[in-house]
Amino acid sequence: MLELIVISALNGVLFGMLLFLMASGLTVIFSMLGVLNFAHASFYMLGAFFGFQISRWFGFWPALLFAPPLAGAIGAGVERFGLRRVHKNGHVAELLFTFGLAFAIEEVVQIIWGKSPVDFRVPASLDFSAFTIFSTNYPAYKMFMLLVSIAIFASLLITLKKTRIGLIVQAALTHPHMVGHLGHNVGRIFMLVFGVGTALAAVAGVIAGPALVTQSNMAGLLGPILFVVVVVGGLGSLPGAFVASLLIGLVQTFAVSMNGSLSSAFGPLGADYAATWLADIWNVTVAQIAPIMPYVLLVLILTFRPMGLLGTRET
Amino acid sequence: MSELTSRVAPASSRAIEKFKFYGVWVAAAILLVVLPRMFGSGGSLTTFSLIGISIIFSLSYNILLGQTGMLSFGHAVYYGLGGFLAIHAINIIGFNKLPIPLPLVPLIGGLTGLLFAALLGWVSTQRAGTAFAMISLGIAELIASSALILRTFFGGEAGISANRTKLLRLFDWSFGPQIQIYYLVAAWTLLTVAAMYALTRTPLGRMCNAVRDNPERVQFVGYNPHVVRYLAFCFSGFFAGIAGALAAINFEIANSAYLGAGQSGSVLFATYIGGVGFFVGPIVGAIFVTVLSLGLSDLTQVWQLYFGLIFIAVVLYAPGGITGLVMMHRPVVKAGTLHKVLPSYVIAFVPTLAMIAGLMLAIETIVHYTVNPGDDSHIKAFGVSFDAASRYIWTMATTLLIGGFWLARKTWIWVGRAWDEANSGEREKGAAA
Repeated sequence: MLELIVISALNGVLFGMLLFLMASGLTVIFSMLGVLNFAHASFYMLGAFFGFQISRWFGFWPALLFAPPLAGAIGAGVERFGLRRVHKNGHVAELLFTFGLAFAIEEVVQIIWGKSPVDFRVPASLDFSAFTIFSTNYPAYKMFMLLVSIAIFASLLITLKKTRIGLIVQAALTHPHMVGHLGHNVGRIFMLVFGVGTALAAVAGVIAGPALVTQSNMAGLLGPILFVVVVVGGLGSLPGAFVASLLIGLVQTFAVSMNGSLSSAFGPLGADYAATWLADIWNVTVAQIAPIMPYVLLVLILTFRPMGLLGTRET
Repeated sequence: MSELTSRVAPASSRAIEKFKFYGVWVAAAILLVVLPRMFGSGGSLTTFSLIGISIIFSLSYNILLGQTGMLSFGHAVYYGLGGFLAIHAINIIGFNKLPIPLPLVPLIGGLTGLLFAALLGWVSTQRAGTAFAMISLGIAELIASSALILRTFFGGEAGISANRTKLLRLFDWSFGPQIQIYYLVAAWTLLTVAAMYALTRTPLGRMCNAVRDNPERVQFVGYNPHVVRYLAFCFSGFFAGIAGALAAINFEIANSAYLGAGQSGSVLFATYIGGVGFFVGPIVGAIFVTVLSLGLSDLTQVWQLYFGLIFIAVVLYAPGGITGLVMMHRPVVKAGTLHKVLPSYVIAFVPTLAMIAGLMLAIETIVHYTVNPGDDSHIKAFGVSFDAASRYIWTMATTLLIGGFWLARKTWIWVGRAWDEANSGEREKGAAA
């Protein structure tokens, strides 16, 4: 039992940190541009596939170095030539644009790399077990993922809180016009923020690609969960996104590792009910409902605390 | 005083207006009856049925997006649940020999959609805009994932099937042949389109528009925007349920794809491409998208990519959709200055079409090398055969794409100028009068 808890906690924190890498970009983009980037998870996917392709040509480390800037450049281009143009038509048009973009990116990825998973492997230099707890070998690559995400989290925090760029970004979050009046190029700041945000998502893609499955549906699977994170944490709140990422990471990993069901708790259902729809609910295990847990959380949060856990404004 | 009298139309023109109004509906009814006589093949009947279902679904979606300003990413939930309940209803009615004929089954689907919209709507319509969009997405994912868990009701991956011919027969219609299903769909389409049009004319429909445009002011007038949004949401769910039930009757099966994100996305595409600003927009969009998706899939392997690109192009360049583009010309036509705009269109269309052709050529060539690299390089797309390996084709694609883009940018500026001219003439006339 203790083994299960320790391993699940480690995996949960890891998944949570990966979620935060993406959610942080999404939150900053949302609070700055006011647009919820539907295609954010698509940049995570692009990062994974770029990483796969570059690592096949030059190895994993160049991939980790070059894939994120590449995806980030595409992201900046999307902001400059797409979003800025639809901005005048309102937020719904912006949301629709990113929705169409997500659709198109998935199609392009399917055309180039196919529908089946690609063979994106853990690099040999990291393919060993870091430590053994309770007779389980914990892979070094997962520790590496954790370290990378923590390092990026720390540098993001320092950049936002301690540097001049962070100061301007923070100011542009709330008072974009004032920042413009002070002589900063707000359009360029927006473009840079969008580029950096999508590059962060791509970093998550490159490091998660070998550990999870790199496939053309990965954006569609992860995207909705990302929105749950951002809403549960509170729209526009970075600390909120952090808490919510960890929360959802832990909830999902713990749920997946549990096998309990109502029938194991209260005994099997009587023969009268065995063939009815009640049997579905009775026999379903916690692991099976793990995928819907984030959405249950979302509905609960929106019903009882619409501004999110740490949010300050009504969504 | 003169202003007042001029606004009240004389009796004769009111009669003409009335005649025009009812004439459109009668013409639509006649068209629906006559269509199968003109195109009687099984394939076209299926297409017409699909279009009818898509029209109901898109119009129900536009109650949310176009009329109340709520962008939903989970409208398929009510469509799918309506479909599932209809299938279960057909099975139960057939098994117990209840005296309910098939044409009434869509009503069961509609009531299901209404019930679930009433249940889920109160929470999700509390706020509009981005928050509503995300809640709708979350609820859609919740229901779609639950559908795979509750296997007895939703039938898992395979879905639930039914036999539509085993129900009580009226006038000896078995609803086995597609032609009878076509008439069923056509009748429901006409009925629901009329109902949804009537809805836009009611005070509720007007309040929906007000909530879309300025919710704060609606509150000042004394209405609760949340309640208005909720009512619109319920109506939308009702009509979506009817569409889902008709789809289930048409295919005699309901599966989890009915509820999924793909279905929600396609109704959004159809509605927005058609145009959300006018009542006919979603009808145009439903016809366009259904015909396009059936036609394109024969012509090219990657039709979904073209679909996405068309959607992005509409969002970027024609936010009013197809109907928005057409209606944009009404004042110019009325002013009689259309001839000033048309030549610039002809000039602008040439490089634009060249650019699109280049893009298509490039996409098909790339697809050949990535999807089926081992095959013969002589490929056929959009009915045109060409050699994807030939350098000549590559150069042509690049030239068309880049040259077309460069020229198109220049020529569209002319179109803008021609528009200005056409409109300024109108404005001067108005000033002189």
